[in-house]
Amino acid sequence: MKYQSQAVAKPYFYAAIGLFVAQVLFGLIMGLQYVIGDFLFPEIPFNVARMVHTNLLIVWLLFGFMGASYFLVPEESETELFSPLLGYVLFWVFLVAGALTIVGYLAVPYATLAELTGNDLLPTMGREFLEQPTITKIGIVIVALGFLFNIGMTVLKGRKTVISVVLITGLVGLAVFFLFSFYNPSNLALDKYYWWWVVHLWVEGVWELILGAILAFVLIKVTGVDREVIEKWLYVIIAMALITGIIGTGHHYYWIGTPTYWQWWGSIFSAMEPLPFFAMTVFAFNMINRRRRDHPNKVAVLWAQGTAVMSFLGAGVWGFLHTLAPVNYYTHGTQITAAHGHMAFYGAYAMIVMTIISYAMPILRGREAASNRNQVVEMWGFWLMTVSMVFITLFLTAAGVLQVWMQRYGGSEPFMVVQEKIALFYWMRELAGVIFLIGLICYVAAYFLPERDLDVDVVAEAG
Amino acid sequence: MSGAFTKSTARNIYFGGSVFFFLLFVALTFDTTRTMPERDHRENLSDKVVLGKSVWEENNCVGCHTILGEGAYFAPELGNVYSRFGNSTEAIKAFIASRPAEGIRGRRSMPQFNLSEEALDAVAEFLKWTSEMDTANWPPNIQG
Ligand code: HEC
Ligand code: HEM
Ligand code: HEM
Ligand SMILES: [Fe+2]
Repeated sequence: MKYQSQAVAKPYFYAAIGLFVAQVLFGLIMGLQYVIGDFLFPEIPFNVARMVHTNLLIVWLLFGFMGASYFLVPEESETELFSPLLGYVLFWVFLVAGALTIVGYLAVPYATLAELTGNDLLPTMGREFLEQPTITKIGIVIVALGFLFNIGMTVLKGRKTVISVVLITGLVGLAVFFLFSFYNPSNLALDKYYWWWVVHLWVEGVWELILGAILAFVLIKVTGVDREVIEKWLYVIIAMALITGIIGTGHHYYWIGTPTYWQWWGSIFSAMEPLPFFAMTVFAFNMINRRRRDHPNKVAVLWAQGTAVMSFLGAGVWGFLHTLAPVNYYTHGTQITAAHGHMAFYGAYAMIVMTIISYAMPILRGREAASNRNQVVEMWGFWLMTVSMVFITLFLTAAGVLQVWMQRYGGSEPFMVVQEKIALFYWMRELAGVIFLIGLICYVAAYFLPERDLDVDVVAEAG
Repeated sequence: MSGAFTKSTARNIYFGGSVFFFLLFVALTFDTTRTMPERDHRENLSDKVVLGKSVWEENNCVGCHTILGEGAYFAPELGNVYSRFGNSTEAIKAFIASRPAEGIRGRRSMPQFNLSEEALDAVAEFLKWTSEMDTANWPPNIQG
């Protein structure tokens, strides 16, 4: 570790991994409810499990982004963090607020939670991904402001690099667009219009800046390639991301009571959204081929490559699949969407967080890289999770194609009838999910197994 | 990626491009919100419909259902359920009110929300209002 205060990142990374495990367990519960409809009913209805699953996902990714920032910004800025204490305090505030919210989801009916937290004063609940009580949302804003202040002050007092400035721009954008979650007009069409300003402008906008910055940082560290080259790539990637992604929001404005010109704007611009993801893949492989050193942390390099490939597949390829208006007319709101949502979130954001954890955790523990044995275990985690996510996506895509065919295109059978006919694919998805969990267990184990060194040079040069 | 194409060129494209397209997006948003009333029929947004939307939200219906294709994919699309139920708010109310508290064995189950008559009425009106929105002919057929 170059700077003592980088240690603030550690609890954030542990929390991220812990919540990830919980997220996947709830995913498996839902996967079973898909085929055994009344599983855990009425104790944990599907909608409750879903809120827990998706909100835990967002929260652990936010923990990951914050941990990444606490690790990377001091090093980029060449100075200690402005206030480590604030970093630790905000960690506990965020963790406790998050845990209370999840307990609230599970302990009482949602309507009771809404009433207890005074949702009628400022109604923001009950919308997908934004289910948190208003008070939790306010808490998120406060944590985000404190965090941005801490990181911002650190950058201001130290060296300003392209990576840290792009990262901060992304984080500020994340906070700013989250503010639209407080705007909930009673007109459903308008509500949906601005809901996407949080959801789409996050994952296909500002989060790509965060993704690009973290990837660039890790690539500089593990390849030793000249910073100038990497920074130029980073600018190209984020330029493409925002130029295509902002108007690309239009791919959600086809069928929600908005003017039909969005079918043109949305289709054309979002069709170009795969470009930044493709550029990221080329970038990562290019830099690794031009590497000036062989970093002993091989598994971190693997994660970086995996992120580049899987984000292109999940966001780029699976996004393109259903983004053109004439296709989306049939696929909108089917299992095709779920297939894409899974691979994109995993391939881009879950994997980038695991990339930085993989790179940083050994350093935070005073080594340059984990021992060979532990790296191999982590690689098992990487492959099991990644391959099973590919299968989850393929099974859901097959389910989605059949669903579209039977319910909307070839025939017009009722939803519930079609769901029963395609149950086989849901069983296979669940099986792939179990293998995913095994991969995740390997991943966690890699961080808790004692280090067993065969070669000494790994320990020699610590951080 | 070499020669004349320098880092500062890349930076300028990033700044210029994102500002330009963000402003374009704001302009399109302005036009959209100006013309939306013709499609969303907000003149029919009665107090009942408004209450219905909060019943919808406070019971997290979107956690199982899609509405206009957005939400969860576990249960039927409800944007057009009013049409699917023969243009009857009564049928919608009867369906919601009659869910067994313990679920239906082996079948995907919808909770019994114990909604008041007023809330039931409101959520049904909300679904009726939604079904009357001009959604460019989506969904493709009555099954949603
Ligand atoms: C836990 C999941 C869940 C939640 C939450 C939920 N539903 Fe349902 N709903 C279902 C399922 C499953 C069906 C299909 C039931 C069947 O066919 O047996 C359904 C069916 C319906 C139908 C009939 C649709 C059709 O085409 O047959 C209506 C109307 C409906 N729900 C309204 C609502 C409303 C309004 C809410 C919120 C107050 C709500 N649901 C919340 C799961 C849910
Ligand atoms: C990492 C980046 C991305 C992530 C994390 C992501 C995630 C998601 C998620 C979770 C949804 C479902 C939203 C909902 O619940 O309604 C969604 C929808 C969608 N995404 Fe992406 N996405 C990404 C990139 C892309 C890209 C690049 C494209 C286009 C090329 C795209 C096209 C779409 C479309 C068209 C929908 C709407 C699906 C529908 O009509 O039901 N996405 N995305
Ligand atoms: C491994 C086992 C997993 C299973 C069985 C599973 C299952 C599910 C199910 C059943 C849903 C609800 C779909 C619906 O609305 O009907 C869902 C939603 C979702 N899950 Fe998972 N999940 C798993 C892992 C993951 C992982 C690892 C991620 C991301 C890193 C993820 C991200 C999401 C997202 C973003 C949604 C919302 C999708 C949308 O709105 O389109 N899941 N998951
Ligand atoms: Fe999008």
